[in-house]
Amino acid sequence: MNAAAQKHTLALENVSFAYGQAGLFRRSPPARVLHGVDIRISSGMTVGLVGESGSGKSTIAKLMLGLATPDEGRVLLDGQPLQALSRLERARTVQMVFQDPYSSLNPRATIAEILAAPLRVHGIGDTASRSAEVRRMMDAVGLVPAFAQRYPRELSGGQRQRVAIARALMLQPRIVVCDEPTSALDVSVQSQILNLLLELQRERGLGYLFVSHNLAVVQHIADEIVVLQGGRVVERGAAEAVYFRPGHAYTRQLIGATLLPPDGAFAAGVTA
Amino acid sequence: MNTPFPLLQVDGLCVDIHAGAQTKHVVRDVGFSVQRGKTLCIVGESGCGKSLTALSILDLLPAAAERRVRQLRFAGEDMTALDACALSRLRGARIAMIFQDPMTSLNPVFTVGTQLTDVLRRHRPVSKGEAWERALYLLQRVGITNAEERLRQYPFELSGGLRQRVMIAMALMCGPELLIADEPTTALDVTVQAELLELLKDIQREFGLGMVFISHDLGLVSKIADELIVMYAGDIVESGPAQAVLNAPRHPYTQMLLRCIPRPGSTQAKSALPSIAGTVPSLDTPIRGCTFADRCPVAESRCREPFAAMATGAHRYLCVKAGAPHTSPLAQETV
Repeated sequence: MNAAAQKHTLALENVSFAYGQAGLFRRSPPARVLHGVDIRISSGMTVGLVGESGSGKSTIAKLMLGLATPDEGRVLLDGQPLQALSRLERARTVQMVFQDPYSSLNPRATIAEILAAPLRVHGIGDTASRSAEVRRMMDAVGLVPAFAQRYPRELSGGQRQRVAIARALMLQPRIVVCDEPTSALDVSVQSQILNLLLELQRERGLGYLFVSHNLAVVQHIADEIVVLQGGRVVERGAAEAVYFRPGHAYTRQLIGATLLPPDGAFAAGVTA
Repeated sequence: MNTPFPLLQVDGLCVDIHAGAQTKHVVRDVGFSVQRGKTLCIVGESGCGKSLTALSILDLLPAAAERRVRQLRFAGEDMTALDACALSRLRGARIAMIFQDPMTSLNPVFTVGTQLTDVLRRHRPVSKGEAWERALYLLQRVGITNAEERLRQYPFELSGGLRQRVMIAMALMCGPELLIADEPTTALDVTVQAELLELLKDIQREFGLGMVFISHDLGLVSKIADELIVMYAGDIVESGPAQAVLNAPRHPYTQMLLRCIPRPGSTQAKSALPSIAGTVPSLDTPIRGCTFADRCPVAESRCREPFAAMATGAHRYLCVKAGAPHTSPLAQETV
């Protein structure tokens, strides 16, 4: 596993994308959802992607996973077109954590089966080595070994999201796309998952695309923030600069809509 | 409007869930009151009994759940004495409710207009035309442009934000006195959420509406609450004037909930955030003493014994360690 030392970069270069709308009787003009978007994620760093529903966030996630090809521009992994890689090779490089831990895990498989599946599909190891790897990964994401034989329905939302993160990491990817991974969770669980993501990043040098509409959360976890509006990048920069010195009116609007409890004397002591 | 009694008065509310021979006490001895024109917020993690508390006000609990209540008065009237008929006259008319997910609470096979006018015609002797006029007025009032066209559309043709606006309009059709909203903005974009909160506040001022607002989002709650209740595992662990509770929380649970939230500027970016270890107890067996003790970093042996709530004026908290004023159990630990 010397891959950890290697730096990887996944880049969208000047990407445009349109969904063709094939109707039953006619073909309506394609709906263009991305206009010349540039995003670059490298090992060990986090890009926070913010914007409202319909701004094109999910389409960017799809392009980064190679589940869609851009109409214009390129998606490059370490300088090579992502589409040139086989599906299996892509899966070993880029993985995804979804928003809803209630619908993204197979309800009829045990946690051990869910976590071993990526290895099995890729023909990695034998049953014994796979289950050893599953145990190692469960430990890494803070799941007790007893959960291996449980089903998703027996787990809380936070525990399920840990399973989803563990599954994404089974193939040792370099880049992980996290689509609103904490917005379905309580704040107490959200902080646990954010801590886990940061810890895994430090240990494994992961690069994250962190999609969220909560700018306070994004400011906490991201190095760079990219603000998307109507499929266009309207602002980008270092996380702190974008949050505290936003240049675009839309960014200011998003920050203004981020509601935080009063920052009284009590909360100020938090970091002490 | 200085009436002698509050709009809603709840006292000694309990909800039990029966599963086979087992009974879980999922809401225990909850009491609060809501004044006209004021907002009471109920916060807590999932599974703390927030929604059950709200549903039990209107007697809308699922069949397996049973409500027991010492006192439940709406505008001075004893709601427990009402029969099913009288209660359904109240629901939707004088007390309205908005749910979290507007897609599942709107009927997919009827147009928005039909659903809005039905509510009014169910409760008031008005003509179809009058009901239509009121629906049109309210859709415009909740900020929907081309309201006329929207009335003829079906729920699937509307975005999430529009559907939630329709839900608010529907709740207002009969001019209610009390609005119960269960996480009405959770599924929406932050900018849409901000607009809807402004709208609810405007409408509240205009109509003197009392509101019970359920949320897990302390940031949101800090913007709208007059009174605040923090629930944990079926208990009210802390309650009082919202600003007092949020600025000087006394219960370790409230304090920890507030600390979990990343705050740009005061939380170190990329640092580990505080979190609450463990999960909400299942309540299969009754818990002796404090329900939060198992997850509380400052719990000690006396927390496992039954104790009474403490109070500083209207600010009440269920923690033996928060005894003397101006001491915070958690602050003692970390200083």
